[in-house]
Amino acid sequence: MSVSAASSRLPGTVAIGRRRVSVELKQFFRDRNSAVFNFAFPMVLLVIFGSVFGGQEVAPGISFAQYFVAGMIASGVLYTSFQNLAIAIPLEREDGTLKRLQGTPMPKASYFIGKAATVFVTYGAQVVILVAVGVAFYDIRLPSTALQWFTFLWASVLGLIACTLCGLAFSVVPKTGRGASAVVTPIVLVLQFTSGVFFVFTQLPQWMQVFSSLFPLKWLAQAMRSVFLPDSAAAGEVSGSWELGLCAGMLALWCVIGLVLALVFFRWTKQGTT
Amino acid sequence: MSVRDVRKSYGDLHALDGATFSIEMGECFALLGPNGAGKTTITEILEGYRRRDSGEAQVLGIDPARGDRVWRSQLGIVLQTDRDLGDLTVAEAVRHFAGYYPDPRDPDDVIDSVGLTSKRRSRNEKLSGGQRRRLDVALGLIGRPRVLFLDEPTTGFDPEARREFWTLIDGLKAEGTTILLTTHYLEEAQHLADRVAVISRGRVLACDTPDRLGGRERSSARVSWIEDGVRVETQTMSPTTVVLELAQRLGGDVPGLEVHRETLEDIYLSMLDDDRDEEAGESA
Repeated sequence: MSVSAASSRLPGTVAIGRRRVSVELKQFFRDRNSAVFNFAFPMVLLVIFGSVFGGQEVAPGISFAQYFVAGMIASGVLYTSFQNLAIAIPLEREDGTLKRLQGTPMPKASYFIGKAATVFVTYGAQVVILVAVGVAFYDIRLPSTALQWFTFLWASVLGLIACTLCGLAFSVVPKTGRGASAVVTPIVLVLQFTSGVFFVFTQLPQWMQVFSSLFPLKWLAQAMRSVFLPDSAAAGEVSGSWELGLCAGMLALWCVIGLVLALVFFRWTKQGTT
Repeated sequence: MSVRDVRKSYGDLHALDGATFSIEMGECFALLGPNGAGKTTITEILEGYRRRDSGEAQVLGIDPARGDRVWRSQLGIVLQTDRDLGDLTVAEAVRHFAGYYPDPRDPDDVIDSVGLTSKRRSRNEKLSGGQRRRLDVALGLIGRPRVLFLDEPTTGFDPEARREFWTLIDGLKAEGTTILLTTHYLEEAQHLADRVAVISRGRVLACDTPDRLGGRERSSARVSWIEDGVRVETQTMSPTTVVLELAQRLGGDVPGLEVHRETLEDIYLSMLDDDRDEEAGESA
């Protein structure tokens, strides 16, 4: 077999990528831990917060539940991309998944295609579940204007890209697969507390607001509030407006930061082959 | 496939200290050696997983440190410790990896050849240790490799499964697959390998066919038999002559006849003993 004949018949990056998507999704949905983490946990949070504070109003005519759903959908971006990958990849590095793949002719890009697609699919599923529970039990109103749906789309996509790249980079931090969730989950929780998910953002101390403004979740949550709250609620934001341009800019900046971090830090094996 | 004077250190530890050997196309070559001898290091250098510090290495005419996708598509790799793919079934895993290669084997045939047909719909996490190893072997074979790396493939197999595995490898050899095997089992090397290299402390101590390793074919044999109800034995360089004489003297079938040559294991162990003495001498 001549080399050129073999290379012309090698399956392409996209074809193998498609196969990766299918096995990644199969593995994801068959793994009970990831199902609980990604679907049951956000739902339970919504039920708890919705039941305790749901009736209270954060502004005239706006229930806390409505405010909270926006924050949980923003959190969903972080769960399905950053948290998921930063926990799953250390396990894959440990159980031999990545080493096996490295020993095959799979193009590395195909692996990332598989991961990214899993992130987008699980995020979609999570949004559907959260909105369904919100509508069924807490009177959540869906976005009403085309502009709001458009904001939902770009905020989701930019946020998922940024947090996926950060998740790839952060996957080198946990020293063991088993310890990964203990390292990753607190980071997500702290961001949720400080970014206006569990509490109304303007009620947080100044230093906390400044801190969380450095990270994407604050901007994602703000953009999602513009989607789920009526336009009049913009007056309740720090600057008195949704600052959608700034939200998009910060998320885009985090896409760039994430890309650089992933390129510099991502490793296939513990020994450190790139 | 060849390595010449390959060295690799991890800090002060010289994992490979000038290893040299070459493997012909179509040959089955076994690396024998105690744990920590450098078997896995050298295998992983040839597989392209690790970089050598110095020396030369070639697999299919290409430096493994610079192997591309075309090169990889001609290798099959069976690693030592894999627990991945637990949530997929045997058939799903084998079919998935078939899609990575330009000219894969038929997934069902491969599953059948490793004896997992009855388990094809089982989740991989439910497989026993031996079945799991056979799945790893199936994934190593699926791409129709020209070169197959087997790192301790039969660890945890029962004797029957090991025999079946040997038959499988014999079949691959017959098809002309080049095989690099590392193993702890001398019997396995004896059965499968065309040539054997004994490795210790990162160097090749000896490299020859299993029958000739360490001058085995020239060593003396022990002949023993039962005469007047007592077992008698003698060491000889010409066991055939001894047996012929016995048959004549005792008139026909010699009771309890045994002819024993040094086994590969005897040779291997005495080589490692000598090497250990040498190591003690060096550090003194």
